[in-house]
Amino acid sequence: MAEAAAPQKPLPQPDEASEPFFTGAMEGRLMIMRCTACGVARIPSRSHCDNCLSPDFEWEEASGRGTVHTFGVMHQKYHPGFFDELPYNLAVIELEEGPRLSTNLVGVENSAIRVGMPVVVDFQRYDDVALPKFRPA
Amino acid sequence: MPHPMRGATAITGLGMTPMGRIYGKSATELAADAVRTAIADAGLTKGDIDGLLINPGITGFTGGGISLPLQNYLGMTNLRLLNHMNAAGSTAAQMVQYAALAINAGIARHVVCVFADLPLSEGKSAGGAYGGAARNPGRPQGMAGLAPAAGFFGANTGYALAAQRHMALYGTNHDQLGTIAVGQRKWAGMSPISQMRDPITMEDYHNSRWIIEPLHLLDCCLVSNGAIAVIVSGAEDAVNMPQPPVYIWGMGQGHPGDPARHGFDPETETGARIAAETAYAMAGVGPEDVTQCQLYDCYTYTVLVTLEDYGFCKKGEGGAFVEDGKLGPGGTLPTNTGGGELSGYYMWGMTPLSEAVIQGRGQGGQRQVNNDVILCTGNGGMLSYHACLVLSPNRS
Repeated sequence: MAEAAAPQKPLPQPDEASEPFFTGAMEGRLMIMRCTACGVARIPSRSHCDNCLSPDFEWEEASGRGTVHTFGVMHQKYHPGFFDELPYNLAVIELEEGPRLSTNLVGVENSAIRVGMPVVVDFQRYDDVALPKFRPA
Repeated sequence: MPHPMRGATAITGLGMTPMGRIYGKSATELAADAVRTAIADAGLTKGDIDGLLINPGITGFTGGGISLPLQNYLGMTNLRLLNHMNAAGSTAAQMVQYAALAINAGIARHVVCVFADLPLSEGKSAGGAYGGAARNPGRPQGMAGLAPAAGFFGANTGYALAAQRHMALYGTNHDQLGTIAVGQRKWAGMSPISQMRDPITMEDYHNSRWIIEPLHLLDCCLVSNGAIAVIVSGAEDAVNMPQPPVYIWGMGQGHPGDPARHGFDPETETGARIAAETAYAMAGVGPEDVTQCQLYDCYTYTVLVTLEDYGFCKKGEGGAFVEDGKLGPGGTLPTNTGGGELSGYYMWGMTPLSEAVIQGRGQGGQRQVNNDVILCTGNGGMLSYHACLVLSPNRS
């Protein structure tokens, strides 16, 4: 009898707008957007700058450095793809360039996570997509 | 010179269905029960109603929620005001605001504002309806897939992370959050319509399981089926209606957004600050005049941060402000006197609003407290949308 496949996490499917981000991620580069009118950086992907509404932007590789803006530790069972990892951490990272990203921390005990902790990006690769996670710097 | 809107309108009707694990009726049927009760409570007939504002709860997103067809189910004809509104938990207060504005402008005379929700299914867990992206099959598209891929699910996540930041910045602690939960449970014990009436201790609070650290189970609100409707009328009409009018002295909204970048702190600086300025100015009062609070309390933390943003204490001092139990029975700032969403019932913004009406009428029974100036707030999203009312039994 075949063993049932383990439940999968909901991995993002890159689309046209996010293609540079996910291509960069597969290459180990954290790509962000920067408005060429006002210079404010943002997490992809949106056509307009939410600071000045300019539609002009360029892609840029972020430094990968940031700090923990806030975090939590999930105990609740929501999605079967995560049941094996409970309790797992949730973190919002403020990148050095300014924007914030919702992700997870790796390489650190949940009890050792602190707001303000310096972190650096560490990509987690799956078959056709890579996700930016962060570890203590 | 008082603001012309101050005391110009009043809440004149209230209808509430049973709430909690209530099964066997659709959201539309529950809404109809609440509307029928509210019309009777106001001493009106259906034909007197010329405005209908409709707000579904989570079933507005997950299916089966009330919307514009409710008008025809209710057989309401000749409406002069109608809309289906959604600003999440701030909608209840917003519906009353738009009703009051319309009445003051002569557009409508008696406006029904109704909320109905049906998130609970028999035999299923209470949290299921609020799982957000965890419900969706398949792979999420593009950047929107990053958060679910990281295991961010449900409303609990955003509030847990917000509370964490407040704790880190200001030293807010679980004893302080727990004091809110314990106090509201005491209030709930005095309300026959509350779902959770058995007292809890601080030990119970600390021992309750983690949902998402730093939130315990007892930091989180209930999930309820049910419906509530209120009727807003002009002050001239209100004086001739059977229930003691609950006058609207002030109103405000605040929606600060979340640019998710450096320089913004939506977790700890909420829209309540903006709403407070508008509402206090209209009502001609300040926090020192407020005699009771009915605050949106999806989480204990929401109460704490809302008190700060309404100026009851300084930013960051909410924990120290609440830790003496002043929000609970016998305290100096009675808050969420029906048990709130934590222990009473979860009808989104209708929870604080319905208790504000009960208190404003002086019908709170053993939990009745000074109702001279009632601050009633609604909050939705991840502290994203905020609306409030300042209410009083006194017209001026």
